[in-house]
Amino acid sequence: MMQPVRSALDYVRSTQIWNSIFRHGVPRDRRTRVMAVMSNLFLHLHPVAVRKSGIRLSFTWCMGGLTFFLFLAETISGVLLMFYYRPVPEYAYADIIGLRAHVTLGLLREIHRWGAHAMIIAIWLHMMRVFLTGSYKPPREFNWGVGVILLVLTMLMSFTGYLLPWDQLAIWAITVGSNMGKATPFLGMQGPFTDLVQLPGGVPLVTVKSDAAYLLLAGTSVGENALMRFYVLHCIALPLVLAVLIAIHFWRIRKDGGISGPL
Amino acid sequence: MTQFIIPTLASGGAGKPFFTNPAIEKIKDLVNALSVPEFSLPIFTVGFILMMLWYRKWTKPKVIIALTAGACVFYFGSMLIDYNYLLILKKPDNVPITIMLLAMGLCLWVAFRQAAINDARLEAGLPLPDADKEDKVLVWPDLVYTEMICMVLASAALVLWSIVLRAPLESPANPAGPPNPSKAPWYFLGLQEMLVYFDPWIAGVILPGLIVTGLIAMPYIDINPKGNGFYTIAQRKFALWVWLFGFLILWVVLIVFGTFLRGPNWNFFGPYEYWDSHLQVPLTNINLSDYFWVFGLGQPLPKNPFAREAVGIVFTAFWCLALPVVLARTVMYRMYNQMGSTRFYIMAFHLVIMAMLPLKMVLRWLFTLKYFVYLPEFNLNI
Repeated sequence: MMQPVRSALDYVRSTQIWNSIFRHGVPRDRRTRVMAVMSNLFLHLHPVAVRKSGIRLSFTWCMGGLTFFLFLAETISGVLLMFYYRPVPEYAYADIIGLRAHVTLGLLREIHRWGAHAMIIAIWLHMMRVFLTGSYKPPREFNWGVGVILLVLTMLMSFTGYLLPWDQLAIWAITVGSNMGKATPFLGMQGPFTDLVQLPGGVPLVTVKSDAAYLLLAGTSVGENALMRFYVLHCIALPLVLAVLIAIHFWRIRKDGGISGPL
Repeated sequence: MTQFIIPTLASGGAGKPFFTNPAIEKIKDLVNALSVPEFSLPIFTVGFILMMLWYRKWTKPKVIIALTAGACVFYFGSMLIDYNYLLILKKPDNVPITIMLLAMGLCLWVAFRQAAINDARLEAGLPLPDADKEDKVLVWPDLVYTEMICMVLASAALVLWSIVLRAPLESPANPAGPPNPSKAPWYFLGLQEMLVYFDPWIAGVILPGLIVTGLIAMPYIDINPKGNGFYTIAQRKFALWVWLFGFLILWVVLIVFGTFLRGPNWNFFGPYEYWDSHLQVPLTNINLSDYFWVFGLGQPLPKNPFAREAVGIVFTAFWCLALPVVLARTVMYRMYNQMGSTRFYIMAFHLVIMAMLPLKMVLRWLFTLKYFVYLPEFNLNI
C-alpha cells in the first residue's frame, strides 16, 4: 500500500526541479538536517543547534513565535480585507457590513480582529517572559529596546485599525485616544506650556489647526481625513516599520548568542 | 448561536439571573462594596505581596489547582447569579480580557514554579537543571516541529474563536452622538483609568512616555548580573518587585477596572451592579491649595497663582527632583554606590513618578485630594 507512495516520493526527490529547490537530501541524518536549516532562507533565522533548555515550552511559552505568527496571520487576512474595503466615510461601514453578508467564508474580519487582540496579549506575555528570565540583561540590552519599540508599534497598529470599521465603537475610542494628543505639553492645544511656543511678536505656533492631535487626525475631530490617515498608517507605514524592526529583532537574537539560558 | 444560547441559559429570561436567593444577594452586595478601588486595589496589592513572598507555597500543583478552581468558579460562576456581570463578561470586546487573565495566570504560575525550583537548588548549592550549555539539540527536527505544532494549534484556536464569536460592530459612526461610556481600546484602558487621578497631559502623555523610556532604559539600569537566563525570584528581588507591581497592579488591574467596572460617565460600578446612566456622583474633590489656605490658614486663596499653589509646587518639585537625591543618601545609598549617579538617578526618577500614581490614589481615597498643583491658567494641573 505504502510502497507506490514511497517510490513516487523518491522519484519526486530525484528530479532536477526538486534538487534545484532543496539542495540537500531528506533530513534524516545530522549532515542533511544541518543543511536543511542552513540552506533555507526562513529556517536559517535559527542556528543549526540550540540549547535543549532554550526551546522547552515551559521556558519560552512560545510567545515570541506566536506574536510573529499572528503578525503573519494579520498581514494575510489584512491584505484580503483590503480587497473589500474603501477607507472613506461613505463606504467604510457599508463595506464592513458587506464583508459579513456577501463574502464567502466571511470570517476574515473576525480572524483579523481577534488575531489583533491575541497579538497584543501574546506580545505582553513575551515581554513578561523575557523580563522574568532576566533575558534583557547583557548582551541583549539593545534587542530588548527593539522589542519595546515593537511592542509600542503593535499597540499602535491595533489602535489605528480600531478606527477602520467606522462604527460608534471605532470613532469614539479613537476620539478618546487622540484627545490625549491635545494635552501634549508644548505641542497640544490643551496641554501645559503651549503658550510658550510662539514666534517673536506673540504669534502662536501651536493652534487648534497645528497641534499634535491635528497632526494625527488631519482635522480637529475624527473625520474622513483621520480615516484615510489611519488607513495608510495601518496598512502601509506601520507594517513596513514593523517588518524592518522584526528583522533586526530576529537577527540580533542570533548575534547576541541565541536564546538565553543560565550563563 | 452562542450569543443566543448563553444569555438565555444564564438569565432564564431577559434581565433576570439564572438563580438567586437572599444569601447570594448579600454576598453580591459585599463583593460590590469591596470592589471600589479604595478597597480592591489595596486587596490586590496585598495579594501581590503574598504572591511574591509565598511563591514556594502557592506554586505547588495541589495548591494551584485549588486556587485556580476557586478563581474560575468565582469568575465564571458569577455569570449564573448576576445578569449585569453576564452582560459585561460576554461583551465580545471584553472576551480578550478573560483570555488575557487566563493566559497570564498560567504563565505566572509556570514562571514562579520554575523560580521556586531554581531558587531552592541555588540555595542548596546544586547546579540549575538547565546549566549544561553543551546539551544541544538540532533545530531540524526539534525546534522546527515545535514551531509547526504551535502554529497549527494557534491557527485552529484563532479560527475557532472567529467562528464562535463575531467581531463587534455597532451602529454607524455618528460624530454628534458619543456613547456613554466612551472607552478607548481595552489595552489603553489602564491609561484611561489613570485619567481619574491625573489630567490627560500626565495620564495620556507623560506616564506612557515614561513607561516606554523606563522599559528601554531597564537593561542599562539593572546592573545585577545574577538571574540571567532562568526564572528566579531570590536573585533579583528589587527588579521583580518593582516591575511586576507596575505591570500587574498598575497596568493589568487598571485595565480590568476600566473594561469591567467603569460604566456610564466613567462612574465605578461593582461587578454585580446595574450600569445606571442616571447615577450622579457628587464631585467633592479638593485641591491641595484649598486645604492649605482655606482649611489650614483660614484665609482666601491668594490672587497670584504661584503664591496660591506654592505648597503644591514645592511638594511636586520635592517628590520628582529631591526625593531621588534623598533616596540616594539614605535608604538606597548602597544601590547608589553600586550603580553610579547616572544610572541611579534615571532609575529613581522613573521610580518616584511611578510611585506618584499610588500616592495620588491613596490621597484621593483618604482626603478627596483633587490636584497637588492647580494652575488652570497654564493648563498645568498635577
